Parts: sequence; C-alpha cells; structure tokens
Amino acid sequence: MSLPPFDQVVAVHGAVVLRVCRAVLGPHDADDAWSETFLSALRAYPGLRPDSDVRAWLVTIAHRKAIDVTRGAARRARPDDSLPDPTAPHQPTAVEADTDLWSALAALPPKQRQAVAYHHVAGLPYAEVAVLIDSTPAAARRSASDGIARLRTAYPKEKVS
Amino acid sequence: MTTALDALLAPDAPADLARLTDRLATQATDADLLDVAHRTIDSPYGPLLAAATPAGLVRLAFALEDHGVVLDRLAAQISPRVLASSRSLDPVARQLEEYFAGRRQAFDLSLDLRLARGFRRQVLDHLREVPYGHTATYTAIAAASGSPRAVRAVGTACATNPIPIVVPCHRIVRTDGTIGQYLGGTATKRALLAMEEAA
Repeated sequence: MSLPPFDQVVAVHGAVVLRVCRAVLGPHDADDAWSETFLSALRAYPGLRPDSDVRAWLVTIAHRKAIDVTRGAARRARPDDSLPDPTAPHQPTAVEADTDLWSALAALPPKQRQAVAYHHVAGLPYAEVAVLIDSTPAAARRSASDGIARLRTAYPKEKVS
Repeated sequence: MTTALDALLAPDAPADLARLTDRLATQATDADLLDVAHRTIDSPYGPLLAAATPAGLVRLAFALEDHGVVLDRLAAQISPRVLASSRSLDPVARQLEEYFAGRRQAFDLSLDLRLARGFRRQVLDHLREVPYGHTATYTAIAAASGSPRAVRAVGTACATNPIPIVVPCHRIVRTDGTIGQYLGGTATKRALLAMEEAA
C-alpha cells in the first residue's frame, strides 16, 4: 500500500483543518496556520505510515502551528517589531465576518477553546484531545462541555432593536 | 437558532480553500517540497494531464489513461509530494498550445525521462530524432537502437512512452505502411500525423 498524492490529503482534510484553525485562532491568523500546517505536513508526508489517521495527524500539526502563530502574534504586538502584512487582502466570507462568533470564542479560556475545536470541530475523541492539550480525557470532556455552555450564553448576541 | 458550533461547522466558500490550496503549491515550490507538480491542459484530443518534477516534464497522459490512476502511480513511483500547480507547467501548456495550432515544430522543454529505463529509454532517445512531419518504422528504430530484431520491444517502448507528443512516438509507423497502435488511440495518431504533414 502506498500513500495517495498529497493533493488528496488537501482535498479531503483542507476544510476541516481550516475550521479548526479558525476555531483556535480566529479568522485573521487561521490562513497562515493552515498554510504552515499543510507545508509542514507535506514535508513529513513521505514518512507517514499509509494506515495512519491522517486527520488526527493534521490536527496535531495544526495545534503546534497555532501555538507558534499565537507566540508570533505576541512578538509582533511589541511596538518595534511590527511588519506590514505582505499577503493580499481578500473579501472576508460570512463566517469570517461574524465578529460576535470570534469574540465569543476569544473570551473562552484556552483549554476550553482548544477542547471545543479539537473535539467538536475536528471530531477527535476526548482521549486524543487530552494528549493534545496536556490533560486527561475526563478533564478534556469537561473543558469541551464548559466551552460549549459558555458559547451558548455568549452567541448569538441578542439583537436590540 | 444558530449556535456558535453551527457557525463554526458551516461549510466554507470553496473559493477560500482554492485560494489557500493555490498558495500552498507556490509555497511548496519555493520550499523545494513539490516533487511532482501537475495540471490539466486542454487539447484538440481531449484533456491532457501534464506532470513535472524539478528536473522537467515527467509525464503526459491522454484521457484514455485514467488521470487519477496516473497520479496515484506517480505518487508511488516518484514521490507522494504531489500537488496541482499550474505555474510550474505554464511553459508546457504554452508550447503544447502552439504545437496544436501548427505554430511549433519542436519542443524546448527539459524532460525527466526517469520513468523509462534500459532499452525503452534508448528507444525514446531515438524517437526524439524523428523530425516533425516525418515518420519512421518500428523496424528502423529497432535498428537505430542497436537491436534490429527487437521490433516488438520498440512497440512496447512506444506504448509505454511516459511523455507522448513531446517524445513523438506518434511518428513511428509499421513497415507495411499501416499506422500502428497509439497511447491516445489510433484516431489521435492519424490526426497528429495529418496535422504535421499539413503544417
């Protein structure tokens, strides 16, 4: 058994990885995290065992890249260190423009946000989520359900007319 | 009511992923991580799949060969780092377009002939010497390749030519003057020969 062309990995898992990156980082940094994830996956791909769980593998990479992006963003936030964004702007999609959604997510404690992203968005079992967020399966389950409960109160914002 | 989770799981605009996927191919090329780039090129004989390594054009396939199967084989034979990338194959597309329009008689492309080995590879080198608008026989190519009795093996080398059109196996015909088999079908072979003769 041999590995399929990497194209297929992108075609099958590209959408879910983008949703995970958005859930963990918000729409602004998600594109870069997505690119870093697939570039890193492409580098390692020839060594991947053909029977691997490709989605779990990608989400693990995305998790590490999201941490890098967050650290990079913290560095860039320092006044002397700011660089202009070199990427061309694009029209935000409906979900990207949903600022209520992103502020509700950003208000979650990091572990709750990650547990929601890796379990509810990526579909990983709690045992795997626990490994990623350095927790136990029971605690990961609790983080995810606490996160969902908080999101329910914060979103959607009541429209005041 | 839409929950946050519904919003997070909502399907994306396909344009978003297409943009990211395109950007990935460019980034992969810049990072020397794209081992096999490919794209589809329209032709009068149906869509052609073109694939290239950093060394050059490695595969051209008519639609008669299932393009998905061709890509799976390239992943197994060369590297699974395979991505669609039109940029790396723009010169190939342009030169093929000129050829089909009768405006180009010879291709100026680097070729990666790693998929043909031994005698087959030798045969391909001789095929490349048959000029535009001319034909040669399988027997003549066998003789030129140093094995005059290997006529059948020359036929096999043509039938497994990884880069048809550019390596012009369509210019090889049978001694009795009949056209012989072709990867893209005998109708395509006949049409290519007629086009070259008319140009």
